[in-house]
Amino acid sequence: MRKINDLEMRGITKSFHGFYANKDINLKISSGEVLGLLGENGAGKTTLMNILYGLYRPDAGEIIINGEDARIKNPKDSMRAGIGMIHQHFMLVQNHTVAENIALGLDDVPFFFPDNYIRKKISGFSQRFDMKIDPDKKIWELSAGEQQRVEILKALFLEADLLIMDEPTSVLTPQESKDLFGIIRKMADDGHSIILISHKLDEIMEICSRVAVIRKGITVGGADIGDVDKKELARMMVGRDVDLRFDKVPLERGERVLEVKELFVNGDRGNTAVNGLSFSVYRNEVFGIAGVSGNGQRELVEAITGLRRSSSGEIILEDDAITNKSARVVNTRGITHVPEERIKFGIVPNLFIYENAILKKHHSKPFSRLMFLDYDLIKNHTENIVERYNISTPSINVPIKSLSGGNIQKLIIGREIESKPALLVASHPTYGLDIGATEYIRRQILARREEGGGVLLVSEDLEELFEICDRIAVIFKGEFMGILKAGDADIKDIGLMMTGSLKLPVQEAE
Amino acid sequence: MEQIITSVLTRTLIAGTPLLLGTVGEIISERGGVMNLGVEGMMAVGAVSGFAVTYTTGNPWLGLAFSMICGALFALIHAFVSISLRANQVVSGLALSMLGLGISGLWGKPYIGKPLAIKMEAVNLPYLRDIPYIGEIFFRQDPYFYLSIILGAGAWFFLYRTKLGIVVRSTGENPRAAETQGINVHLVQYLCVMAGGAFAGLAGSHLSIAYSKSWIEGLTAGRGWIVIALTIFSMWDPKRAFTGAYVFGGIFVLQYLLQPLGISPNFLAMLPYLTTLAVLVFYGLSLEGHRKMHAPAHLGEPYKRGER
Repeated sequence: MRKINDLEMRGITKSFHGFYANKDINLKISSGEVLGLLGENGAGKTTLMNILYGLYRPDAGEIIINGEDARIKNPKDSMRAGIGMIHQHFMLVQNHTVAENIALGLDDVPFFFPDNYIRKKISGFSQRFDMKIDPDKKIWELSAGEQQRVEILKALFLEADLLIMDEPTSVLTPQESKDLFGIIRKMADDGHSIILISHKLDEIMEICSRVAVIRKGITVGGADIGDVDKKELARMMVGRDVDLRFDKVPLERGERVLEVKELFVNGDRGNTAVNGLSFSVYRNEVFGIAGVSGNGQRELVEAITGLRRSSSGEIILEDDAITNKSARVVNTRGITHVPEERIKFGIVPNLFIYENAILKKHHSKPFSRLMFLDYDLIKNHTENIVERYNISTPSINVPIKSLSGGNIQKLIIGREIESKPALLVASHPTYGLDIGATEYIRRQILARREEGGGVLLVSEDLEELFEICDRIAVIFKGEFMGILKAGDADIKDIGLMMTGSLKLPVQEAE
Repeated sequence: MEQIITSVLTRTLIAGTPLLLGTVGEIISERGGVMNLGVEGMMAVGAVSGFAVTYTTGNPWLGLAFSMICGALFALIHAFVSISLRANQVVSGLALSMLGLGISGLWGKPYIGKPLAIKMEAVNLPYLRDIPYIGEIFFRQDPYFYLSIILGAGAWFFLYRTKLGIVVRSTGENPRAAETQGINVHLVQYLCVMAGGAFAGLAGSHLSIAYSKSWIEGLTAGRGWIVIALTIFSMWDPKRAFTGAYVFGGIFVLQYLLQPLGISPNFLAMLPYLTTLAVLVFYGLSLEGHRKMHAPAHLGEPYKRGER
């Protein structure tokens, strides 16, 4: 017996502080359908789904399941009604086993030895939807794809008929995404319905049967997937024509800016995270590092930017050895850094925008003279960055934490590029940003390349790497599985290399 | 010689009992995500309340029960301040220690120097007590000892083999995940902190109505702080708490043993605390990463509902 044959959201309106996150939104989904919910960040997709899941109460509107008004006041109600949600950031306890994570929310688990019950029941689901998972593994031992399967299992155990997935592929390798789509198709055939939140057009086109587009809290369109193309969807989502292709100017690469020789770096747990890497980055070049996060990218970037000591090997910036020099020395020498965790390491959230705009330069001329800061100059400088990098803010005199993620990242990029560094190191620069901000930041990176800088780009987003890199290295367990020219790289090969199933001989100096 | 060894071992188990009880309680509290540095104060309150009730009613079992209730109620202060008001847990815990020592001193004034007429007597378990050596060491102890073994093992079973144990541990690891699964995070944390208080109260009354059988101010003598160290030493697992508690119990007994050899009593009195420091330094230096993997991931951070 299905709990949900069809579900309808009617006239959903929700405002926060007088600002409409959702305004009179209608949505419909039936059993066996995969509905794509498309929209930029801040368009109101997640608000809408949180209303459906019972995390927020709408100001107006109703949710109708099988023709009857479903009163959903909290997540328990929606779980009971047969709705399951898989959040973008997994809600899993890392130190616990798969079975323990599933048992956590289940009411009908026996009090004693709950794991045994889960273990027995898990194999049924695994067979039905063709997903293998070991119930006794700890979550931290699993890959992102496997963790996602645990989330799906959690929903299945709760007998969810409608599954909401918030950007499910953002953390997956191409192969894992394919597996996920396989699972989604099997679930749809089985009569489940799935709502897929995404801003990746390719995905929507591939897996969804219908699509609904929202922009600024309003439904702007909806169609069967056969009736639309990517370009049309992008226009609906952004509200203007979007250039999905970048015109990368073909450039001869210049002289070498960074040389890394036989570098070994330890991770937090004392393991060898970077395992003897050697490579070079040149001027007029974007050198990309692809790989599933946790394969040594963070440690490599930290070693290059002076935030972490390497255990052996050399890092050379334009003939100067900068191995194990402090971050300030490295920065002054010409390496700037757009860090992975931008809120934690890129800014000081409570300081004003103009103070954040001079971080790393605050101690030196021209901003500081004899211990005193020259605020006129600093504010001037900040106004320039705000203008040049299209940062939308009411004023530069507000704490930076009040800006949106995209604008914060634009400020960081602006700050790091303004000094015209020899090498720009950017880690996941567009992670979690909407299509507009993403496009903008990629353009800035390419602009730096054209100006003659070298760029080291670490990313999990293969589309991004293909679009802006000249060469792509694939890292797995701290080693390069190969360095490819972006022009003749094959996405399938890169997927295999990311999981360590394919290794090409690394030719340096190419 | 044999006699000395059996006597030392017997007394080691006695000295280890309050440490075991306190540590198991603190483990439960911290597994739920709340660090409570008020163990010293909670033990003191448990000790004096247990003693007062035993002294007036003549029933040590009533004293035992009362000490647990007082410990739990006293811990409620910490729960309210650190969970509901989301105050800094370190500050609140330290304040609780000071407050507990103060209250116990005030409450215990009339009882100073008065011996208990009826105290918690040792219980000889039939048959088992006759096993040579082992019987003498393990099976002629007071009820607190048996209780601590049952509670320690029970706590392990509860945490690692029951549904509710998963709920408690998940709350300490990732309260947000627990909440999306429909769990009342704050309620779980309140109950864990109060359970920790009850265990600490029990540990305190062991000192006053079974171990020293009298009340003096400062009876707990820093055992609450050792408990904090033992919680880390145990890596938040009640199984390891047994080892830790009895090793430290042994060090307490060692003081009396070494004194006749001419070692300064002042130095010997320092021994448990020196060992505590040594253990903490050792863990801090060598097992940093290892330790991180075992500490509840959300330990010490207040949780706010509905916040990202």
